[in-house]
Amino acid sequence: MSSVLLARWQFGITTVYHFLFVPLTIGLAFLIASMETFYVATQDATYKRMAKFWGKIFLINFAVGVVTGILQEFQFGMNWSDYSRFVGDVFGAPLAIESLAAFFLESTFLGVWMFGWDRLSPRLHLASIWLVAVGTTLSAFWILTANAFMQEPVGYVQRAGHVEMSSFGQLIANPQLWLEFPHVWLGALSTGAFFVAGVSAFGLLQQRSGTVYQRSFAIAIATALVSSLLVAVVGHDQAQHLMQAQPMKMAASEALWETSPDVAPWTLVAAIDSEHHRNTFEIDIPGVLSLLAYNHLHGRVPGIHQLQAAYVRQFGPGNYIPPVRTAFWSFRIMVLAGMLMILFSLYGVWVMMRERLERHRQFLRLMVAAIPLPFIANSMGWIMTEVGRQPWVVFGLLRTADGVSPTVSPAMVWTTLLGFAVLYGVLAVVDIFLLIRVVRGGPEPEEETAASPDLEVAPL
Amino acid sequence: MDLNTLWFLIIALLFTGFFVLEGFDFGVGMLLPWLGRTDDERRLILNTIGPFWDANEVWFISAGASLFAAFPNWYATLFSGFYLALFFLLVALIGRGVAFEFRSKLTSPGWRQVWDWVIFGGSLLPPLLWGVALANMMRGVPIDAQMNYVGTFWDLLSVYALLGGVSVTLLFLLHGALFLTLRTEGAVQARARKVALSIGAWTTAVTFLFVVFSYIETDMFSKLGIDPGTVPLLAGLALFSVQFFIRARRDGWAFAMTSLTIVLSTATVFIDLYPRVMVSSLRPEWSLTVYNASANPYSLQVMTWIALSVLPLVLLYQGWSYWVFRRRIRLSDPHEY
Repeated sequence: MSSVLLARWQFGITTVYHFLFVPLTIGLAFLIASMETFYVATQDATYKRMAKFWGKIFLINFAVGVVTGILQEFQFGMNWSDYSRFVGDVFGAPLAIESLAAFFLESTFLGVWMFGWDRLSPRLHLASIWLVAVGTTLSAFWILTANAFMQEPVGYVQRAGHVEMSSFGQLIANPQLWLEFPHVWLGALSTGAFFVAGVSAFGLLQQRSGTVYQRSFAIAIATALVSSLLVAVVGHDQAQHLMQAQPMKMAASEALWETSPDVAPWTLVAAIDSEHHRNTFEIDIPGVLSLLAYNHLHGRVPGIHQLQAAYVRQFGPGNYIPPVRTAFWSFRIMVLAGMLMILFSLYGVWVMMRERLERHRQFLRLMVAAIPLPFIANSMGWIMTEVGRQPWVVFGLLRTADGVSPTVSPAMVWTTLLGFAVLYGVLAVVDIFLLIRVVRGGPEPEEETAASPDLEVAPL
Repeated sequence: MDLNTLWFLIIALLFTGFFVLEGFDFGVGMLLPWLGRTDDERRLILNTIGPFWDANEVWFISAGASLFAAFPNWYATLFSGFYLALFFLLVALIGRGVAFEFRSKLTSPGWRQVWDWVIFGGSLLPPLLWGVALANMMRGVPIDAQMNYVGTFWDLLSVYALLGGVSVTLLFLLHGALFLTLRTEGAVQARARKVALSIGAWTTAVTFLFVVFSYIETDMFSKLGIDPGTVPLLAGLALFSVQFFIRARRDGWAFAMTSLTIVLSTATVFIDLYPRVMVSSLRPEWSLTVYNASANPYSLQVMTWIALSVLPLVLLYQGWSYWVFRRRIRLSDPHEY
């Protein structure tokens, strides 16, 4: 394999892995902050036990998120040095702001929160978890500012073989950012919410420490409903914006080889023959692609062939078609997962409003099984958006193949690729093992003195 | 002063913050299996750095990200050039970070022992690698006209560079031991003081040797002259004074002196480098400087506004967090880690 392909695999693996933990911790931070707010407002100790129980799970995942994030910060320089030289004047700034304004905030106040239960007044302690939550959000904002530039470059001038920042205002006013950021942030919230709802459902099935799980489930399912609905709404806006900014990504994720008719049908499933540029089989739903692309029942969507021809005229000879099958299926899996999340949370809220949750054991089991859904949706969303941008690393400006480090040999990339893959695999196993132990142990008993038998829970 | 120089100073400041702060928690990590004889003692040791280590590490992440923003070519050359060294550094930091969090979550002694050794290794390797990296940055590495590092990993491992690694490792070990004398009491504190006493002289000797080597191996002599100037001399004096403060049981002063040594030594490295940021051993004109490696002026301006408004806040609230956890930790305290 070439250095480019290896470097891409490394980036893909480490980033998707990192992004399993990031949305979970963003979502959990807000849920825990809400629980502690209820505690400070009502003085009801159950809320404190909730904050501590979810806090323990949060910390385990936060640790993995943080350490895998260090690599994210440095692998541009390691594997993508030509990319870094090309884009650093613009791309480096949001990354630096992220660490200066967000990472310091998160890490400092997380330490204060974790070790400060007995050292700070309840209000100051509460403020520290809110600052952590704000920090995670700021972090998401700035890293997405950087990513939005790769999708839709703005606020730059091209000079002497690289890009230079010409307007910081334009960089943060990037329309792509203001769709991508809410979409990702709401997705993160729904991830935390489905996680808490699923684990609470598991706890309720085990019939342990009922109130902690009941209240956690209630907060989580309401959050899950609102966030998974809104994430779909913003996702729809994003699709419309894609039509102007990256129509090729839209065409590829629809496996639309030729420009559609005025009432564009949406392909539910298709057998894609990428080699011969055609679909051998498809099931279409009339009008839905126009709806997706323009929010109307009319409107032509340009096809892959037509866009390819236009790009050849604009950028010169080359293949501008991203991997169609990957873009097509990742989009559909994301949408399906998102739809299921909306349905499940809708049903959950309906059940909660009518009667006791514990009676719906089937539904509780379903919610446990639904824990992976947001993780699948998050990963597929990123795969779709990053694969759909190919062959560009910065859309219209730099091809992925031109961004790789010229002096790093394939053997070196193999070494780090395998090294990180093994390390991350071990971390995943340990993380899940620990999570299961903590969940099985359950929240601390009400007296807050005894520790559960199979787990050492030091009084915080 | 132009913005390029200002950003060189900000980068130097971020690295200095990283070495001073993470320096002691690397030291504490290295000492963990040796100074903590019982599980309770080990938890005590871990909890001395518990609330701080993560924020300390952010100084490194910020330094790296600021390199990217202010000097994209420095970032690209350094990280693609020192590729495998950075890989080992990242593996160490990753292992160590999760180990802090995972270690005390289960009671099994075997489980805890494994993570203790991960913390030990993950705290030993980074200072070693940093010392090697800094020595190479001062001496110069093969960088071609396109700003690319054209050597191999093994080219980085000269005797001189390894001496740099040992010197930084000893310095952080001493720094960490002194931090423990300030944050603990009783048996652990006594042991930490003993370690500090026994390695204090070694640290001074090895560091002195490294400085002598630096005069031979790098262009420090031609740049700084026979009298190296106030900053390096003060660094040496501060380090030399540490053992006397330990003997006099002035732990606070001793820790202040290792902190000062680290600040001034880092300053010396950056003074020696300026205006170069990566020295080319092939041809002097291929070296990266604060001018040919930097981002465009507008970008530097934006980043200056942001850094100068955010950094004071960071110092303020991070300082506050140290104040919140200023009390010594006792064995009888509840331990989070």
